[in-house]
Amino acid sequence: MTAPFSVWMAIFVIIPIGLVLYYALTDSEGSFTLSNIASIWEYKGTYLISLELAFVATVLCLILAYPLAYIISRMKTHSQNTMVMLVMLPMWMNFLIRTYAWMTILEDTGLINTVIKAFLSLFGYEFEGFSMINTNGAIILGMVYNFLPYMVLPIYTCLTKIDNKLIEAARDLGANSLNVFTKVILPQSMPGIISGITMVFVPAVSTFVISKLLGGGMTYLIGDIIENYFLGNTGEVNYNVGAALSLVLMILILISTGIMNHFDDDAKESGGGLI
Amino acid sequence: MKLKLKPHTKKFFSFLLVAALVVSTAHGLTIGASAASKVVLNVYNWGEYIDLEVIDMFEEQYPNIKVNYTTYDSNEAMYAKIVSGAASYDIVIPSDYMISKLIEEDLLAELNFDNIPNYKYIGEAYKNLSYDPENKYSVPYLWGTWVIIYNSAYVSEEDVKDESINLLWNEKYAGKILMFDNPRDAFGLALMFLGYSLNTENPEEWQEAAEKLNSQKSIVQAYVMDAIFDKMGSGEAWIAPYYAGDAIIIQEDNPDIDFYIPSEGTNLFFDAMCILKTTEHQEEAEAFINFMCDPEISAMNAEAVGYATPNTDTLDLLDEEITDNPLIYPDTDYLLENSEVFVNLPTTIQSLQSELWTSLKIVSSEEEDEAVLDWIDWFCIISAAVIVVAGIYFAVRSSKRKKLHKSPS
Repeated sequence: MTAPFSVWMAIFVIIPIGLVLYYALTDSEGSFTLSNIASIWEYKGTYLISLELAFVATVLCLILAYPLAYIISRMKTHSQNTMVMLVMLPMWMNFLIRTYAWMTILEDTGLINTVIKAFLSLFGYEFEGFSMINTNGAIILGMVYNFLPYMVLPIYTCLTKIDNKLIEAARDLGANSLNVFTKVILPQSMPGIISGITMVFVPAVSTFVISKLLGGGMTYLIGDIIENYFLGNTGEVNYNVGAALSLVLMILILISTGIMNHFDDDAKESGGGLI
Repeated sequence: MKLKLKPHTKKFFSFLLVAALVVSTAHGLTIGASAASKVVLNVYNWGEYIDLEVIDMFEEQYPNIKVNYTTYDSNEAMYAKIVSGAASYDIVIPSDYMISKLIEEDLLAELNFDNIPNYKYIGEAYKNLSYDPENKYSVPYLWGTWVIIYNSAYVSEEDVKDESINLLWNEKYAGKILMFDNPRDAFGLALMFLGYSLNTENPEEWQEAAEKLNSQKSIVQAYVMDAIFDKMGSGEAWIAPYYAGDAIIIQEDNPDIDFYIPSEGTNLFFDAMCILKTTEHQEEAEAFINFMCDPEISAMNAEAVGYATPNTDTLDLLDEEITDNPLIYPDTDYLLENSEVFVNLPTTIQSLQSELWTSLKIVSSEEEDEAVLDWIDWFCIISAAVIVVAGIYFAVRSSKRKKLHKSPS
């Protein structure tokens, strides 16, 4: 059993990471250097804004997804399947097309502004319209919309696995609804929350299409810069700096998931204490 | 760990494996068979730069060739794709300076003009141009210039009277201005505005151009390429620099659209068909190039994409309304004086350009110094605080519980 597993790991994990490491630590001639890593300092602002936007998007996803997942998990099995399918439905469409659709919704002459303007003009009001597209808010919206299912599904799976007897037992012991939630349901759903956060945060922090389409190419996120170094959109192809940027991003993600897993351990302990 | 399977599951799996094998071999065979009878020609071109019907007609005329058509949106993106070796193309249609770069790096195949008899239709003025001085590697496809496009419903006549590049820096139209999202064109425009050469090798002039672009950033709605079609057509944006042929196409969608060639001068560009050295189907690729030079086909194509044709016989086939339009077919003497063709920049200038462009697009240190917290920052701070508090709460609680567990025993 282990042989196919190690082959799989080698092909899809070890070799790609090895390549990133190799490029990050060499110059264009292939000799060892640390200058790529050193040159990253000038992008600290970009790292910060990427992490910040991804963080906000992840928190918003969590706030939106948890109640939804909870409501779905309390439904009858039949309706549960329908609801889960509805959550997944947008994912059947291409990611780019979904994001393009938001462009036409958010534009100054887009759907939202046109409708509001038409409505207000009925009452004789002149309205300038909101400017929504090409802002960081629009980028966050794009991230939340695109990655929300990745938050809902793991939390939902976790919630459905909670044994109803535990909740009944808590009630019998005199816990009110708030106590049941904080002491039984929330700790038990922690693994779902953790994997949801990882599955939203990681793609959000490295995205480059959303910032280009909804951010109007005004502010580069770290994903845009990495893309530029590999595709040469700025007139210079440099795999080495691109790889160094990816490496640092990977390390940052590793640190964040490490902190999160620490939370998970805490939760498991307190959850275990209950059983 | 040893995997133990029930006998019938084993049977099922072996059946599945055999089925997969059979299907994949059969599939491989059919692919092999069709590849033997049909040559696949990979054509890599700019987006919105061909009449797709022309490709169908080509395939009809050459039933043994299948065209696999893909597009890119900047010369640089195309170059990166070619050198990465991730995909193999037969025909590419880059612009002048990129062709000289490809020739320099020995990536293009020499053409056999015996297979391209229609080359005779190409006007003398478009042969042996500086990017391919002996005309060994390329056959001109279309050409054009930059223009400044504006929406006459919103932009006052006064502001466009002097036909200046300055319109793109006019703060009256803040938030309604689009800009090129590729450094060569964007810097070129700024350099032209400042009165410098598009191909200057003076780093100080590049710095100045970068400052010019920085000063424009706050009034730019978005940096885009082909999205200009939608944004200008719908009235979302009012002012944009772009290529002449595309301006015509946008104008067809929205009659309020007007455009001019900037009085400061413009970039004259030639896009030409080239065959990559790695091709295995040079003859078929040459047949494709020859087909594209056929006056009728080239006329169809020029009409659909709106750019100017280098093909003399095509000119006679086109509507006079098009060929008399000085914005599409500017006077040659005028162009000689007022336009400049891009040449390939030396590597040092290329990296400078890349560096300046990136610093235009990343969060600048000035912006950081302002340190104005917007709602996103506040949101981050508050939710981080909540998480920390919750974390401490859980930690304290679990350590208390541990103590509780210990004390009775």
